[in-house]
Amino acid sequence: MKQLVALGRGVRVGVADIGRASRYFIRLVFEGVIALRRPRLVIDQLHFVGNRSVAIIVVSGLFVGFVLGLQGYYTLRRYGSEQALGLLVALSLVRELGPVVTALLFAGRAGTSLTAEIGLMKAGEQLAAMEIMAVDPFRRVLAPRFAAVVIAMPLLAALFSAVGVLGGWLVGVSMIGVDDGAFWSQMQAGVDFFDDIVNGVVKSIAFGFTVGFVALLTGWDAVPTPEGVARATTKTVVVSSLAVLGLDFLLTALMFSSR
Amino acid sequence: MPIAALEGVSFGYCAPDGGTGRLILDGVSMQFPPGQVIALMGGSGSGKTTILRLLGGQLTPTAGRVHVAGQDLAGLDRAGLYAMRRRMGMLFQHGALFTDLSVFENVAFPLREHTRLAERTLRDLVLLKLQSVGLRGAAALMPSELSGGMARRVALARAIALDPPLLLYDEPFAGLDPISLGTIATLIRELNDALGATSLLVTHDVAESFAIANHVYLLGNGRIVAEGSPASLRSSADPYARQFLDAKRDGPVRFHHPAPDLAVDLGLPGART
Repeated sequence: MKQLVALGRGVRVGVADIGRASRYFIRLVFEGVIALRRPRLVIDQLHFVGNRSVAIIVVSGLFVGFVLGLQGYYTLRRYGSEQALGLLVALSLVRELGPVVTALLFAGRAGTSLTAEIGLMKAGEQLAAMEIMAVDPFRRVLAPRFAAVVIAMPLLAALFSAVGVLGGWLVGVSMIGVDDGAFWSQMQAGVDFFDDIVNGVVKSIAFGFTVGFVALLTGWDAVPTPEGVARATTKTVVVSSLAVLGLDFLLTALMFSSR
Repeated sequence: MPIAALEGVSFGYCAPDGGTGRLILDGVSMQFPPGQVIALMGGSGSGKTTILRLLGGQLTPTAGRVHVAGQDLAGLDRAGLYAMRRRMGMLFQHGALFTDLSVFENVAFPLREHTRLAERTLRDLVLLKLQSVGLRGAAALMPSELSGGMARRVALARAIALDPPLLLYDEPFAGLDPISLGTIATLIRELNDALGATSLLVTHDVAESFAIANHVYLLGNGRIVAEGSPASLRSSADPYARQFLDAKRDGPVRFHHPAPDLAVDLGLPGART
């Protein structure tokens, strides 16, 4: 009987949590759009979450490009198709690795700092002070950050892919000696703007919604103690990474299954 | 007419299993007339801070009414509550300054959010507010560069930015050195008189609050144990008031947490269980 009660309570709490999270998500999206009316706030956050993630994105993009160039060459050589290296590198990056790895790195770099920032604002009664000053912290603090994350994610993913292609070129063409013209022309011919690039951008926007939502809500819900904030920061990385990977599978199945 | 009042207010939290929880306030009535500094005192857990949160509309009473500026808070929607909050300033225990904003921007925050003043006017106003707490020279500093007392004074300047008629202070003296403590106490009295406001002070500090308060409420176990002017309270014969004001270790508030007999706990022979 006790187990039954516990199960019932668990289900009830779980359903209530999903409902509450959905409500927060809708409100964040709604308020995020409204936040664009105060561009200064969004630009400040864009600088905070975007610019400060550029270094890690560029360095990671370059190394992922190196590895793609190397592994792609070894595989393609078996079939005598080294010329298609540019296409392989570009498609891997714009369809999958660009949006996904960027989102994972972003969750670790900017997502955690957002969670910690909101959690510490809560612990320091800054959010309560805002409330008592008749300023809605959801609108003033969370919404501009959410808008900034959604804008930053596709830009960073584009940067990741561009640097990755450059990395692939450096290894494939400059070091191994794949034909330069074939590298670029195969890429130009094989990458479709709408099917590949736009779909990649759609993915990274979806990841922006996911990481922004998880990071901000986790900070908002953090227990306002040092331990609570530490736990919340860890939770942001775990939950947003899993959510990004799961969502990526769904989106890939929807976007690329017909071809 | 009082600027704020509680009428038979009770407040308690539900137990996790949905049953009756602990009652924090039990039928408390208070009046806060204009121009006065009123101190709310009592031991930890006596419900002082809860009263501040009820007045700020952050909590809703389980019974009774809370009035601020002639309005019953229960009848206010979110917009009404926010409109009412613009008429109050609150100083949090540790200042609650926005750590990502400078001292100047912290004080400018309520003005930027609620008014459309020209930048020049806003700057003058902020500098005047900072001048009134003696920190005009610290306008460019970040909160991390301030001492505890300075942070409290900046928070005070921020709380009075919109010249509110009601000022709420949550433990304004906690953790301050004697100089800062005296400074904050004097500022509370002076600013209250200069603004013609009403100040409500939640505090443990008997000496400082008795020096500046017009009226004192002493709370214990969710009820008003004693009230009156500081002078009348000093001569109170109530055992709880005496224990609190004389800082006695034992009294109605027990020194020992309830426990079985010591001899039993130590397992001494012949101890009665």
